[in-house]
Amino acid sequence: MTPILQLKGITKRFPGVLANDHIDLDLRKGEILALLGENGAGKTTLMNILYGLYQPDEGEIFIEGEKVTIDSPTDAIKTGIGMVHQHFMLIPVFTVTENVMLGEETIKYGDFLDRKKAAKRIMDISEKYNLQVAPNDYIRDLPVGVQQRVEIIKLLYRDAEILIFDEPTAVLTPQEADELFSIMRSLSDQGNSIIFITHKLREVLDIADRIMVIRRGAVVGETTPDQADKNSLAAMMVGRDVNLEVEKTDKEPGDLVFSVKNLVVADKFQNIVVDNASLDVHAGEIVGIAGVQGNGQTELVEAITGLRKSAEGEITLLNQDITKASPRQITELGSAHVPEDRQADGLVLPFPVAENLVLCTYYKEPFSKGVILQYKTILDHAEKLIEDFDIRTPSAMTPVSSLSGGNQQKVIIARELSRPIDFLVASQPTRGLDVGSIEYIHKRIVQKRDEGCAVLLVSPELDEIMELSDRIVVMYRGQIIADLPNKDVTKEQVGLMMAGVLPEEALAEGDQHAVEPAL
Amino acid sequence: MSTSTQAIKHERIYEVSPTRKLVMGIIEIIIGAFIFIVFVRTVSGAAKTTFVMTPGGINIGQAGNWILPTQLTLIILAALALIIGAYQLIKGFGRATNALVGLCGLFLVFSFLTWQTADQSLNLAGMLTSAVLLAVPITLGAFSGLLSERAGVINIAIEGLMLMASMVGALIGSITQNAWIGLLGGIFASVLLAGIHAVLSIKYRINQVISGTVINIFAAGMTAFLSQKFLQTNQALNSPPLFPRIPIPGLAYIPVIGPIFFNTNIFVYIMFILLIIIQVALFATRWGLRLRSVGEHPKAADTLGIKVAPTRYMAVLLSGVVAGIGGSFFTLGSVGRFEEGITAGKGFIGLAAMIFGNWTPIGSLGAGFLFGFADAIGSKLSLLGSNIPAQFMGMTPYLITMIVLAGFIGKGQAPAADGEPYEKE
Repeated sequence: MTPILQLKGITKRFPGVLANDHIDLDLRKGEILALLGENGAGKTTLMNILYGLYQPDEGEIFIEGEKVTIDSPTDAIKTGIGMVHQHFMLIPVFTVTENVMLGEETIKYGDFLDRKKAAKRIMDISEKYNLQVAPNDYIRDLPVGVQQRVEIIKLLYRDAEILIFDEPTAVLTPQEADELFSIMRSLSDQGNSIIFITHKLREVLDIADRIMVIRRGAVVGETTPDQADKNSLAAMMVGRDVNLEVEKTDKEPGDLVFSVKNLVVADKFQNIVVDNASLDVHAGEIVGIAGVQGNGQTELVEAITGLRKSAEGEITLLNQDITKASPRQITELGSAHVPEDRQADGLVLPFPVAENLVLCTYYKEPFSKGVILQYKTILDHAEKLIEDFDIRTPSAMTPVSSLSGGNQQKVIIARELSRPIDFLVASQPTRGLDVGSIEYIHKRIVQKRDEGCAVLLVSPELDEIMELSDRIVVMYRGQIIADLPNKDVTKEQVGLMMAGVLPEEALAEGDQHAVEPAL
Repeated sequence: MSTSTQAIKHERIYEVSPTRKLVMGIIEIIIGAFIFIVFVRTVSGAAKTTFVMTPGGINIGQAGNWILPTQLTLIILAALALIIGAYQLIKGFGRATNALVGLCGLFLVFSFLTWQTADQSLNLAGMLTSAVLLAVPITLGAFSGLLSERAGVINIAIEGLMLMASMVGALIGSITQNAWIGLLGGIFASVLLAGIHAVLSIKYRINQVISGTVINIFAAGMTAFLSQKFLQTNQALNSPPLFPRIPIPGLAYIPVIGPIFFNTNIFVYIMFILLIIIQVALFATRWGLRLRSVGEHPKAADTLGIKVAPTRYMAVLLSGVVAGIGGSFFTLGSVGRFEEGITAGKGFIGLAAMIFGNWTPIGSLGAGFLFGFADAIGSKLSLLGSNIPAQFMGMTPYLITMIVLAGFIGKGQAPAADGEPYEKE
């Protein structure tokens, strides 16, 4: 049988980088092919070529045995290829119907939109594939899981038969991800073929029919879930053996370092985004905040670090009230912050590595004398940290913007952890990093905790929370709905709570799973 | 087990923040007190205010005069403002807060007019007629900005486009002695400049504010030069025919409203027709959906096969057409000759009206009327022999613009990709 899609020798060069190196790929009708690789391995580039967003420098594409050229997304849509992008391509102020029909509008009387007819077609698709949506809802009011369904309907509305999912689970709860997998399964059962791009090992093993691993732009292996396990896949992805487990010893927490009481935070529209939150962090303890992105974690961290005003409540650090303190006052008390968006909030991208390493201390001795910066001291300091934290950079004066994501994050970690600190707020410290860097950063955080630092870790990655935390706090719709020792809960139970199931029910649910392991 | 998750709840702590509630209440009290202290105490109890309700030179749809006892009217208005202010401070009006501050503002304006006109008469209908006319270039400027910005291109060149259109309109109108051809010439000139803005900001991705500023400076210099060199030296080149007043059969006979809206300049009718066309085209057609998608999320539009750059070009050129009409109004619909800087910042105020109107056609029109009214008060009162210096009166429209922009804006919904060049990867 001819594969429905065939890529032969696809090569794409960007200035200084070989993003895709003679990649061959076959996709059979009705199968789910997982494309596994680290960030920057070239998966997304390959799919963008297939979707007409990039042109390959070499190579050919065949659909059902026939050679095609795809110059634009329009061509891709015509040949039956559709893509669910990592960052949704939806317009928040448009309705579901408007988003779905955009570019392929149903019209009447010349150029007038026929919203009713389009909505009907959406309902038909929604019933056929069990994708529940309300056509007249505005996208901005919908949870991400539903937004993703809208993206899928967009493809089916255009009769796409080859569906590309680019990191689709990044924004979902574990339960939503399972739901997505069952949708993908039902799509493939009805004859659609799926390419599933990811760097998460568990997902690949759960859902794929076949797995292709890409490293540095080239295919390094092909396997099936039966023949592979997490460790072998990780080794293929990274090119060396990786220790996926975090080594951590039990430790009794010390004195209370940080506490938040009845904190209320509002966004600029006066919507409550953190609702009456209270939590404590003790010395030598990692408290992990689990929750799907957008449930108030960002705002909570901003309030704690002095970047956002809180409406009510009290924040205490080392017995001092910091509710109204400035970020610098909080930093000087001995607090460190690894922000969620490293490029926007953590670094000054055009500045060299050395200057980024003194962003919170530059104004003090020995980096400044009076108003004059002491460059020699700053450079010596930088050389030392580059060595200590294994930052891969050509020199201390290289702009931090030209470093890889992992090394940029190491610059932040080095800056924050090299100071004497009692409290660390780490918000998504490994977002978008490769397995190797994740391993390193986890080790550093645990080391800081062992030295007696109080750590508040925020992450939407449940695995990360489960592995690092001593205590787990679950945030849902701005509220802290659970605060439990790690050893008392399972991953499934936390996953349920992240979806808003109350702790009592979730714990009961988890027990049933223990008897009858369904997941 | 429930697996459906929901986004963060959209529950507000309060509709109006406590500071805002307090400040708005105080403003209302101050307005009430001001009317009482400054106006009520400085008029005699017997004074009467006369408002003429038929604009001058109109012989259909006439209405009788309004004669009001000055002091009593002022006392009532002051008391109303004080009551509203007190209620606002004690309980608050919630959602209606802004509307009521607006109402108190209106009281202030009306009391001021009543006070100024004590023992005199003021042609209120005439003032409203000129308010509508003054609103024309502002509203058209707002529509022009709206078309461009909904597609994601900031167009602050509207002032320059209007200035150029007003000069070219006058010149071509004078040469051909035909107002329609003059209008077409004005539109053409404006579209040409809009085209330059489009190429600079879409193709070369120059900062759109800078590109717009450059065009404004160019238009100011160019029109000043041509005007001094030709239009002022040879008056034959600067005497275009004016569009006449056209009464609409039937409607023009309605008292008060008829003369203001239905027996007026063709540009007023064009403004209302454009309101309907833009509203329908933007929100009910495929064309509008695509145009808006390009202004909200060009990448999403691109992945769905919509051509971002051509859509934006079209929007900016249409913006030029509308600005051209607005500019031609000055020379062909109002003044009848070109003078340097004749647009006097109306293009910029148009942009303010667009923002105040939250990027919607109807909102732009409302804001256009508000600013036009402010303008009309300024010019009418300097004629009334007010003891307030004329220069201060001239500042009113701009002051109101500033107050409005600072006080009421902030929650506006600009198109998400407004001002962002789109680069195809």
